[in-house]
Amino acid sequence: MESFGLYNYWIVIFLMMSGFYVVIARGNLVKKLVGLNIFQASVFIFYISMGKVAGGTAPIIAEGIDTYSNPLPHVLILTAIVVGVATTALGLSLVVRINEEYGTVEEEELAGKDPAE
Amino acid sequence: MAVTVFMVVRLHNLFAVVMLGGIYSLLAAALLVVLDAVDVAFTEAAVGAGISTVLALGALSLTTSQEKEPSRRPFYTFVVLFVVAITGAALIFGSLDMPVIGDPTAPIHGHVADVYLSEGPVATGVPNVVTAVLASYRGFDTLGETMVVFTAGIGVLLTFASVQAGRKREDEAGEEEGEE
Amino acid sequence: MTHHLVVRVIAKMLIPFIMLFALYVQFHGDFGPGGGFQAGVIFASAFILYALVFGVETAREVAPDWVVRTGIALGGLIYGGTGVVSLFKDGNYLDYSVLKADPVAGQHIGILVIELGVGITVASVMTAIFFAFAGRQRRG
Repeated sequence: MESFGLYNYWIVIFLMMSGFYVVIARGNLVKKLVGLNIFQASVFIFYISMGKVAGGTAPIIAEGIDTYSNPLPHVLILTAIVVGVATTALGLSLVVRINEEYGTVEEEELAGKDPAE
Repeated sequence: MAVTVFMVVRLHNLFAVVMLGGIYSLLAAALLVVLDAVDVAFTEAAVGAGISTVLALGALSLTTSQEKEPSRRPFYTFVVLFVVAITGAALIFGSLDMPVIGDPTAPIHGHVADVYLSEGPVATGVPNVVTAVLASYRGFDTLGETMVVFTAGIGVLLTFASVQAGRKREDEAGEEEGEE
Repeated sequence: MTHHLVVRVIAKMLIPFIMLFALYVQFHGDFGPGGGFQAGVIFASAFILYALVFGVETAREVAPDWVVRTGIALGGLIYGGTGVVSLFKDGNYLDYSVLKADPVAGQHIGILVIELGVGITVASVMTAIFFAFAGRQRRG
């Protein structure tokens, strides 16, 4: 586990593109949100990969350890995760509301529908 | 992880998709532990694999658990795949210039990280540097972020509550008209 | 799931430990991994488990709406209030060093209080969102 090379970045890019594909190609709103989450998690991994220092340990100061990974990306991503789940919850609540009002969560069926009123 | 994501793309049963999303989060958390981010991994496991999955299942129980077979034209799928491939290729091209992962001389490690690591525990008396930076050095960040969570919570409550009140009013109005 | 005896008994046993673990994560976050966000989520998951096993209505009696809603605002107020207190003590906003005579101890207290605020907000928001989703009937 000492050296990842650039391999990590490529994994991240693959995951990111899969999430991107789900978001733009699929019409189901719930599935779009899952795709968005996949995209998001890949960004988390990307940041944490950048903060890794070879031979370092987790940034909790202890005696006898000199090398630590960079704590800054950890902090940023920690907040990003919680914001991510909050926005996901808001999105899901909107999906539920759309379903109640229109009776569907498929984008194609939504396109031509406006409330009867 | 790649397999999980591939299955998410392929499957049409939303229940399975949501569960796979949870598994994906758990795998991401395991990877984050390997990359030394224990705090982040902890959060990802609790939030991504726990709460998100529960909320998504709740949403599914309120909507539908089966995705409709997409009736897309093949041309549309081709365009989407093309866009995704171009973006991916551009990103991979960009990644070739990135420093190797784990390189201690990478630009990201040369800025404020050393100060945080060397002075953080001394100035705050907290050995976990992530907590020290989160709550003290970047207190404003965290304050704003707590407010985002606060706002999202209020937003969800309002999205659901206002409609119920509105419907109740409509129902009452309808009953009154009926009585007259 | 109200009629599964095993699930009910195990859940009853687990919930206190989940809450205890949440508090441990909350107040031990400065030494090990953890902090307000994680603790809040774990604490909320205790309520969610209770609601899943014993029904949402029972869980709402344990955590009534007004408690949850007060919690959402209270956490934010604790966080912001800490900043105001440090203003009154001739420091900058959210500068914890002035909270006590010893700057290091002040920082330590400030971090603990702030993490507590974050934890309360996150736990209440997550519980509120879950109740909002689960307490809703399917329509249309």
